[in-house]
Amino acid sequence: MTINNSRRKFLSGSAKASMAITLGSLSGISLLESCSSPKMIANSPLFRTSFDQPTLPYAYSALEPYIDAKTMEIHFTKHAATYASNLKEAATAEGVKTSRPLEEVLAKISKYTPKMRNNAGGHYNHELFWKSMKTRGEGKPSGTLLADVETSFRSFSDFKSQFADAAKTRFGSGWAWLIVTSDKKLAITSTANQDNPLMDIAEVKGIPLLGLDVWEHAYYLKYQNKRADYIDSWWNVVDWDFVQKRYDAAKA
Amino acid sequence: MAFTLPALPFAPEALEPHFDTATMQIHHGKHHQAYVDNLNKAVTGTENENKSIEELVASAGKISAAVRNNGGGHWNHSFFWESLAPNAGGKPTGKLAESIDAEFGSFDSFKEKLSQAGIARFGSGWAWLIEQDGKLVITSTPNQDNPLMDVAEAKGTPILGVDVWEHAYYLKYQNRRADYLAAFWNVVNWNVIGKRYEAAL
Repeated sequence: MTINNSRRKFLSGSAKASMAITLGSLSGISLLESCSSPKMIANSPLFRTSFDQPTLPYAYSALEPYIDAKTMEIHFTKHAATYASNLKEAATAEGVKTSRPLEEVLAKISKYTPKMRNNAGGHYNHELFWKSMKTRGEGKPSGTLLADVETSFRSFSDFKSQFADAAKTRFGSGWAWLIVTSDKKLAITSTANQDNPLMDIAEVKGIPLLGLDVWEHAYYLKYQNKRADYIDSWWNVVDWDFVQKRYDAAKA
Repeated sequence: MAFTLPALPFAPEALEPHFDTATMQIHHGKHHQAYVDNLNKAVTGTENENKSIEELVASAGKISAAVRNNGGGHWNHSFFWESLAPNAGGKPTGKLAESIDAEFGSFDSFKEKLSQAGIARFGSGWAWLIEQDGKLVITSTPNQDNPLMDVAEAKGTPILGVDVWEHAYYLKYQNRRADYLAAFWNVVNWNVIGKRYEAAL
């Protein structure tokens, strides 16, 4: 995408336009080029998601006892695998090149079918989800991410509580997110079903650093109706090193 | 007057092996109870406090997200439990059977279409058979919306509804929503459904 096209897209809509003016007056055009759409941050491999489903980077049991092996196995081999295979079908049917980063499709998802929206989102969200967890999470971020979380949300514990609220209050199926907005601020949001903040249809847009799946299939075998307990447990397996890397790349 | 959780019209194990006991206990005792509790919280002390569940649902889109979600959740689940029975299933009879054949070609074709509506509802929601201007129509709604709501795309009188939230089937069927929907036909109480249809006409 050329810079001109990018800017035209960014400037569509009055709210965006006024934001662009603010950003432009602060930092000039270079900031506009770097932050307005996911395409412009695709130079980092962290933001180039493949249409394929690679193997899970750890064993199904690796997140026990917080996320049980059976849930991981069904979640990965059934739910996520289905999104990946339906995504390929949709890509073939709708003439999308699967050699391109998935982020490009998400950025203009409103131009595609609901099948593309649901499965491109489903595949992207789960890929990010698997990568953002590990056996022994650090418990909290460190470095610049911790400092900025504390600035944005007052404290890490306030952040956790606001993020958990976003996850608990998402009615039905969906995701809670920590994102970097176009003005490089940290924000918490949530999306319905398999939507995500990279989509042009998202109410709150940004680059996802961390996402939590709150579809019932993510927790029902172990936690049943107790979504809050699942969220509490999940903090133990968050890979904050990975989140920090995404943060660095998103801010670069 | 506060809303209360209606008792299940059968024992939680009564729908085995189609719907398992643990699912029925949690679905009724936890999920439905939470909708009732949250609905009460949403209306207590407001101008909507003394409205019936039907009135709340009919104007859910104008009242609040809490009433829409929890009023819908309470109405839908109450309706669902009454639609089910042990040793049930089979086929409808009488007027409903005739109208299903006339509208959908055959009972099997109707079952296939309602199941498809359930499978195709992405995320959480319900699939419905409704009576709409003298015709039977199949539709589906997201989350806890229903065809009585002002926000519904296809409005009408619900005759039969099937819950396709994952909590309705995940303990027994996991990702196999289609298997759950196939099992559902074994527990449909066609006596009740037939009466609903005749009342709607």
